[in-house]
Amino acid sequence: MNAFDSAALGQPHAGLRPFLAQLPDSFWMPSQASSVASEVDTVFFVIYWISAFFFAIIVGLMVLFAVRYRRRREGESVAKTAHHSVALEVTWTAIPVIVSAILFVVGFKGYMNLVTPPRNSYEISVTGQKWQWFFTYPNGYVTSELHVPVDRPVNLTMTSEDVLHSLWIPAFRVKKDLVPGRYTRAWFEATEPGTYPLLCTEYCGTGHSDMLSVVTVHESGRFDTWLEQAANLYDTMPPAEAGEMLVQRKGCVQCHSLTGAAGIGPTFVDMYGHSFATKEGTQIVADDNYIRESIVDPMASIIAGYEPVMPTFAGKIKDSEITYIIAYLKSVSSLGGTDEDEAAAADGEGTETEEASTEEVH
Amino acid sequence: MNTGATTTADHVPGTATHDDHGNYLTCDKGFRSWILTLDHKRIGVMYLGMILFSFLVGGIMALLVRTELLTPTQTIMSADDYNRMFTLHGAVMIFLFIIPGIPAALGNFVLPLMLGAKDVALPRLNLASFHIYAVGAVMAVLSILLGGVDTGWTFYTPYSTTTNGAVIMVTMSVFVLGFSSIFTGINFIVTVHKMRPAGMGWFKMPLMLWALYSTAIIQVLATPVLAITVLLLVAERALGIGIFDPALGGDPVLFQHFFWFYSHPAVYIMILPAMGIISELVAVYCRKPIFGYKAIAYSSIAIAIFSFLVWGHHMFVSGQSDLATVIFSALTFSVSIPSAVKVFNWLSTMYRGSIKMDAPMLYTMSFIVLFGIGGLTGLFLATLSTDVHLHDTYFIVAHFHYTMMGGTMIAFLAGLYHWWPKMFGRMYSMKWANIGATLVFIGFNLTFFIQFIMGSKGMPRRYFNYPPEFEIYHQISSIGSYVLAVGLFVAGGVLVHSLLAGRRAPRNPCGGATLEWQADSPPIHHNFDEPLVLTDPYDYSGQEWDETVQGYVIAGASKETSST
Repeated sequence: MNAFDSAALGQPHAGLRPFLAQLPDSFWMPSQASSVASEVDTVFFVIYWISAFFFAIIVGLMVLFAVRYRRRREGESVAKTAHHSVALEVTWTAIPVIVSAILFVVGFKGYMNLVTPPRNSYEISVTGQKWQWFFTYPNGYVTSELHVPVDRPVNLTMTSEDVLHSLWIPAFRVKKDLVPGRYTRAWFEATEPGTYPLLCTEYCGTGHSDMLSVVTVHESGRFDTWLEQAANLYDTMPPAEAGEMLVQRKGCVQCHSLTGAAGIGPTFVDMYGHSFATKEGTQIVADDNYIRESIVDPMASIIAGYEPVMPTFAGKIKDSEITYIIAYLKSVSSLGGTDEDEAAAADGEGTETEEASTEEVH
Repeated sequence: MNTGATTTADHVPGTATHDDHGNYLTCDKGFRSWILTLDHKRIGVMYLGMILFSFLVGGIMALLVRTELLTPTQTIMSADDYNRMFTLHGAVMIFLFIIPGIPAALGNFVLPLMLGAKDVALPRLNLASFHIYAVGAVMAVLSILLGGVDTGWTFYTPYSTTTNGAVIMVTMSVFVLGFSSIFTGINFIVTVHKMRPAGMGWFKMPLMLWALYSTAIIQVLATPVLAITVLLLVAERALGIGIFDPALGGDPVLFQHFFWFYSHPAVYIMILPAMGIISELVAVYCRKPIFGYKAIAYSSIAIAIFSFLVWGHHMFVSGQSDLATVIFSALTFSVSIPSAVKVFNWLSTMYRGSIKMDAPMLYTMSFIVLFGIGGLTGLFLATLSTDVHLHDTYFIVAHFHYTMMGGTMIAFLAGLYHWWPKMFGRMYSMKWANIGATLVFIGFNLTFFIQFIMGSKGMPRRYFNYPPEFEIYHQISSIGSYVLAVGLFVAGGVLVHSLLAGRRAPRNPCGGATLEWQADSPPIHHNFDEPLVLTDPYDYSGQEWDETVQGYVIAGASKETSST
């Protein structure tokens, strides 16, 4: 097994060291920001030049023959040449066999490195669902953007809530499917602090191409501090501001716009306190309880005109965070509940007659 | 020999009225005479019509997809429409165009002729294959009317068992089309075994027949697995039986194994007949015996066998076991070798030949370039460590378009142009055919080469919205697709024009030595009415050019022929 340790792995390619320069975003490849990136790229360029070599021979000969031996008139005599040659057949069978064998071994060693996380890697669990990512850190804190320390192996244990997804971080040259009902694993060691794209590469429906996130690689020593502060961040802010941050970070805004335009789901603007027709034809009022229900059990009642596609957030969001989101929704609604009583009246089975009668009492 | 050549004189095209009544196109009239025909040539022509129509439909969808991708956000359609569009583009192109394209249309026409036979061994099965294909095609169209399908042509579970849309209709259409494919396969196997003329041993067969035979074996062995897979999918979707969906206790990775167990061999159902066409054409248009006949024949069989052992290379990052992944990588490299052997043999055939740069040869050379790129880029994908990065990106999209479109579709056009005078008895404008071929080559590379670069740089496939830094790449690709479309319309227009105003074709305008060139152009209903002169399929020494008929005739027969 030790043969696959990252330390031992570079050895077979010692002769290729000159290729191993740390390249920025190049013509063919994105920037290199993980311990395996330069090696993957080296293999890529070795194959690239082998391919270019054989391609040049094939096309070069073809064009040469086509020009040199072009037919000048119909019925011209054709030189008699051999119809077959065992020596040639053996040669051009053997050369691809050798090249393939070498590439297989190189790819195999690289792959074993890609799938064998070092011991004591930092563990982050990943959940994919239509169309967002959740990254859970060892202290239970959940984010929709991945944060990792630099120069430390990170092991992702991944699963999906619904359909297949695939996590790809191009700058790290890492990709693995997320499969519902089982766990898959991917690991990497980030080498350059910075922010890099993280994408879904397994087709998963309407929002597939919006299932984007980023990886932030923290400078040496900064990661633990970040995690500690971030975990308590929302409790130190005004509730509506915390809620605003939450709807961004939990990925709500990918379907629920903040502009007033309908998306895959209804806009957040002027949602709170307003009443809507459901699919079944009943009326509901988007009050605190309805919002809470929609987050933890989204299929319970769907507003007419929208598809029942929202995944549940039960277990992925704290009660306090739901409270902050409600506070935020109030702040962007014309019925945002500055009037406490109106909100209270809308609570429960709030009908217009009840509302009216409550006002009369006041 | 002389008797055969003398009778030729009776059928020199463009002379006798015999031609207008006696050939397979005109011998019988009316709708029923076509739809109920048992003639392999008519069935081939009807297949050709359906296949070209499917290609047009799939191509229009491709253009709409490329147009949508001109800008990084919505351009002409919604995300859901885009998803339905690329799904149907893939399904139509694969199941209705590429898989039946060469075997069922061109193969049906030339296979019995190449054997010097009157028809295929099982003409009724052949007609049934066409009728089933038509039913499958209608079901595919119905699925659009029933709301379309947005699963991708691979129907991956559990997305395909949970999404809305006409998934059952389109998968049942694939089920039905599979039977059409199996019927054609059985027919070709029996025909090649039982109907070779006396004197044509296995190693005297044209290489096209080796290719069609290898293809038929895969069709018969692999297609039932697809049928089972889509039935299981339908059972899960309609009846809630848990097979693939983990919510019902199933395993989604199992579906991928089943699906690719068919669909990887299917890739060779698509490319093997293409290689057969190239093997024929490179010899004919260089007027030289094919180099390494046995190596090419055996490599077809080798590809047919290896094709069953490499399906797991579609699943390197799917969560299958690492051991399986490593084994599939090793096996995948093995399939590259017979393909490389074929390319080297084609090149050697060109060496010191008499190379005629007509449209079929231009397409043949395009094939070698494009299939070369497609094959070599496969090395990046068979190599595990680079595949992890490139999987499910535009690199893959470019790779399979280079092999499937640059390979199979280009070879289909090569074959279509090659046999067109035989099929319809008309010559086409070589100048415009060559212009079309050149435009197709340029447009194709413009469209797809850039996709390798954007894929390796970080552009995933099946994306409706995409990061703005990829806009210029997508725009170049889309412009390329318009050039490609113009090229294809020119190529098609040339053929349509030939039907209306083309010069009548002689028996053998290109100098082929296989038996179909001893039939009239177009052939009579029962193909041949005189004894055949059976020679080696790649021996051109017995022919000579006849200026009067603008074609090749059997040596010694030219005087009698030109006197008519």
